[in-house]
Amino acid sequence: MSPMAFVYLAAVLFSIGAATVMLRRNAIIAFMGVELMLNAANLAFVAFARLHGTIDGQIMAFFVMVIAAAEVVVGLAIIIALFRARQTISLDEPAELKG
Amino acid sequence: MIELSWLLIAAPLLSAAVLIGLGRRADRWGHWLGVAASTVALVVGAGALIETLGREAHERAQNVHLFTFIPGGELTVEAGLAVDPLSLTFVMLITFVGTLIHVYSVAYMEHDARRRVFFAYLNLFIAAMLLLVLADSYLLLFIGWEGVGLASYLLIGFWNHKPEYATAANKAFIVNRVGDMGLILAMALMFAHFGSLSFSEVNAGAAAASPATLTAIGLALLLAATGKSAQFPLQSWLGDAMAGPTPVSALIHAATMVTAGVYLIVRSAAIFDGAPDARLAVAIIGAITLLMGAIIGTAKDDIKKALAASTMSQIGYMMLAAGLGPIGYGFAIFHLLTHGFFKAGMFLGAGSVMHAMQDQVDMRRFGALRGLMVITWATFGLGWLAILGVPPFSGFWSKDKIIEAAFVGEGWQPWVLGGAALLGAGITAFYMSRLFFMTFHGRRRWTEGQHPHESPWLMTAPMIVLAVGSAFLGWFLATGDRFTTWLEPVTGHAEHHDPVLAVPVIVTLTLVLVVLGAALAWWMYIHHDVAEEAPAPSIPVLAARNDLFQDSVNRALFERPGRHLTRTLVYADAAVVDGAVNANAAGISKLGEALRKTSTGNVRSYALLMFLGVVIVTAIALLGVR
Repeated sequence: MSPMAFVYLAAVLFSIGAATVMLRRNAIIAFMGVELMLNAANLAFVAFARLHGTIDGQIMAFFVMVIAAAEVVVGLAIIIALFRARQTISLDEPAELKG
Repeated sequence: MIELSWLLIAAPLLSAAVLIGLGRRADRWGHWLGVAASTVALVVGAGALIETLGREAHERAQNVHLFTFIPGGELTVEAGLAVDPLSLTFVMLITFVGTLIHVYSVAYMEHDARRRVFFAYLNLFIAAMLLLVLADSYLLLFIGWEGVGLASYLLIGFWNHKPEYATAANKAFIVNRVGDMGLILAMALMFAHFGSLSFSEVNAGAAAASPATLTAIGLALLLAATGKSAQFPLQSWLGDAMAGPTPVSALIHAATMVTAGVYLIVRSAAIFDGAPDARLAVAIIGAITLLMGAIIGTAKDDIKKALAASTMSQIGYMMLAAGLGPIGYGFAIFHLLTHGFFKAGMFLGAGSVMHAMQDQVDMRRFGALRGLMVITWATFGLGWLAILGVPPFSGFWSKDKIIEAAFVGEGWQPWVLGGAALLGAGITAFYMSRLFFMTFHGRRRWTEGQHPHESPWLMTAPMIVLAVGSAFLGWFLATGDRFTTWLEPVTGHAEHHDPVLAVPVIVTLTLVLVVLGAALAWWMYIHHDVAEEAPAPSIPVLAARNDLFQDSVNRALFERPGRHLTRTLVYADAAVVDGAVNANAAGISKLGEALRKTSTGNVRSYALLMFLGVVIVTAIALLGVR
């Protein structure tokens, strides 16, 4: 199987993730979209590593996983705080930043 | 002794610092420290004078180098003292009269709680004035020049709890600033043309400079002199300066500081010798002021203001003489010296009268004081005879020489200048006699509860010494042209030309006018009674009483347009400068308002914008790589 197929898959996954972030109101779903984008990037890294026959991409994938783990912690904490304050996790509700 | 001349300045300056620094702790003995400091200066000055007198005439100009004041490449200013006959003359006048007035003030200011501060200021003045006359460069002179201005300001406003006295001090200070601008301009021109500010190099450079340059410098120096010496058109501050304690009027506003302008002109002889136009301007200013002062003097009822008008007029004589060139320089300084004695003496006399009359200054409320204050009457009388120019008293020897010198020349000049000087002598005789008669003669016109008495000996002793000087100094120095010969190393030798009128004719005319003036005063103020309230004035008297409307003129010509100008500037500042800045700020604010709308607060739209941004950046990066 050609490694390029994985790159295309990564592109599709990334697009789905981005669309999820921009379109869904539910914070958890949007958050999952972010995770999807990160993992699409991971997949692309690994595919390119294979394509070029180096391990740089694989190492980068590990970094991304570590950062994603940290990001999950912070992100979920924010969502919980948001829920405690407003009893909702809809992304359209908070309008404090409205100018 | 000459090497020690720095002590002249250091001693009073140190004393002033101690008196101010120690504060109330010095209250009990501070005034005696002030007197001592002034005496030290007098002794050092006398020593330097004796040493100089022992030298040959051409070796008399000495220079004492102190330190390098401004080491600055193109402009290096050395701080040094020029000890020569001219500066020594001033040193002796300042320290001698100054010390006497210090002694007088010990008694005069006895009941003033701030007597120590008064002596500190007096010492500061002595130090600054000595620096002014001893400096060997215009820059150092300028420091002294500003120093005496400061001391004058502090002392005029010494009783500044009265608002009008504080205003008088401000007026003196501000009018003097106008003159100081002239000195700064002159220094800038000198530096531009001669590359130096020291007297010796400026004098050397002046010989080769163009008349236009010298005229410009000369006129700038004249402006400086008119400010400091209360000459037309910057004369208006002197009358108000009488707000200061009387010893201050005697020392600063009669004997020494106000003559600094004459000193400046004589010191800059080399410049004026190359600029006949500037010199003529000096003479004309002198002539105008001597007549103005005399006319104002005739109508003043305030004894100190009458004396102030007289001072203005007498300095006018000095300026006139200085404007006549080499023949006049010596006489200008000579008259300055004798005037210093008799006018200081008369001011101290006026102070003594005020001391006796509970600070009354209205001459219409004096009268018949001769019998009660014999010493004051006698010393004042000697000063009166001296200023009238009655032979053989001091004023005759100096003023008569100036009148004679004013008649030397060609064309209209001698007739106008000489005529003004002659007429001035007549008016002087009238107003000084008026002052003398109204104060000491006639009937008692005192207010209730006056018990005049002679002043204590601490006050009368200085008056007696100054009266002796008023009587004999002129004769002593004029005999055999002693004084003019003594000054020759500085002012240069002048060929004598004959005046357009024969000398005996001039002397006779002067004396006739003086006798007429005095007789008229006798007729009006002894033969006829003096009203206790000033009668309704005729127009000329009204003009003279109001100082010939000098304040109104200043107000109309300078103050009002100045106010309008500042108002216009304030408006322009608000409308144009502030307007531009404010419009800018308002524009930014509007822009912000508009941009604010883009902040919707919707998280998903932010995400969309961010995504678009990333896409654009990525696209640019990819296209850039290709």
